[in-house]
Amino acid sequence: MCTYLTEKVAISGSAKGASGWFRVTEGSVYFDHPVHAPYGHTLNIDFLAPEQGPSARVAIELNAESARALMKAIEAVLESAPPGLE
Amino acid sequence: MYDAVLSETVTITGQGGDAIEAYSARPLSPGPVGGVVVLHHLPGYDRQTKEFTRSLAVGGFNAVMPNLYSREAPGADPDDAMAAARAQGAIPIPDERIVGEVAGAIAYLNGLSNANGKVGVIGHCSGGRQSFLAAVSLPLDAAVDCYGGFVVGEPPAGHPLQGWEPIVNRAPELPCPLLGLFGSEDVQPGQAHVAELEAALKAAGKEYKFRTYEGANHGFMQADSARYHSVSAVDAWAEILAWFGRYLAA
Repeated sequence: MCTYLTEKVAISGSAKGASGWFRVTEGSVYFDHPVHAPYGHTLNIDFLAPEQGPSARVAIELNAESARALMKAIEAVLESAPPGLE
Repeated sequence: MYDAVLSETVTITGQGGDAIEAYSARPLSPGPVGGVVVLHHLPGYDRQTKEFTRSLAVGGFNAVMPNLYSREAPGADPDDAMAAARAQGAIPIPDERIVGEVAGAIAYLNGLSNANGKVGVIGHCSGGRQSFLAAVSLPLDAAVDCYGGFVVGEPPAGHPLQGWEPIVNRAPELPCPLLGLFGSEDVQPGQAHVAELEAALKAAGKEYKFRTYEGANHGFMQADSARYHSVSAVDAWAEILAWFGRYLAA
């Protein structure tokens, strides 16, 4: 099914796309049909810089298990980072 | 036998008089032939849907597929365009805009020199719902709904489609026969949804034909997808060409 559901989040950082590094300001997260990954539905993340146009985008498609594992890894790394570095 | 086909990107007039990108495919025969508007699936105006459009031309119909994300991301790769449309809150595309784009596509098809004046509509996935929407809104001669979700049923709380008018209620306005193609493993639309749509069509006295393909899931006609189900897709193509052949003849 097409879920249509999209979570948007403001982000600050950089991503490396086909044309090299660029600053990103928006993230879209959605669980919906993938374009490339061989699954029915995937957890999709778009790292975007809208002011640079639609091709300024780094896209990820992960199956649900991978996405949950990634979330845990992100949390674990942030928790273990030395204090005062953020 | 002369079987040349021309496929190309064109500009058509869409909703609000806007110039939008579209993919056109048509047989280079004097005809006259019927026309088909193709509504692409949510992932976008992509390779497999362009191939689908060309296949309709090979099947003897003038076909045009509006780029439904043309305003949000003109000229972008199809997946970048879809992502940009999502980020701009344009997914789901408003129903009024869909109807306007299809109206423009109908005008394009009827303006072709070999057009016979009959036009049908077909869509997959979100395009399936949009195909039904277009059919109850415009003077079309045939419609095909390929596993369109949310034609019936109440979207869950917080869903972007919640609060939109349930378009199944407009079944009495259908001016043309409807072919519905569904997968037995699909959950939206699931078999209960298909039964509800069928009941609405029967109650309204509308001509329709439904096929549910055993073992097929949502997206079974998407040639580039892991969900492509070849035995179902091949049969579905035969149904589509027969449907349009019957109802779009001069």
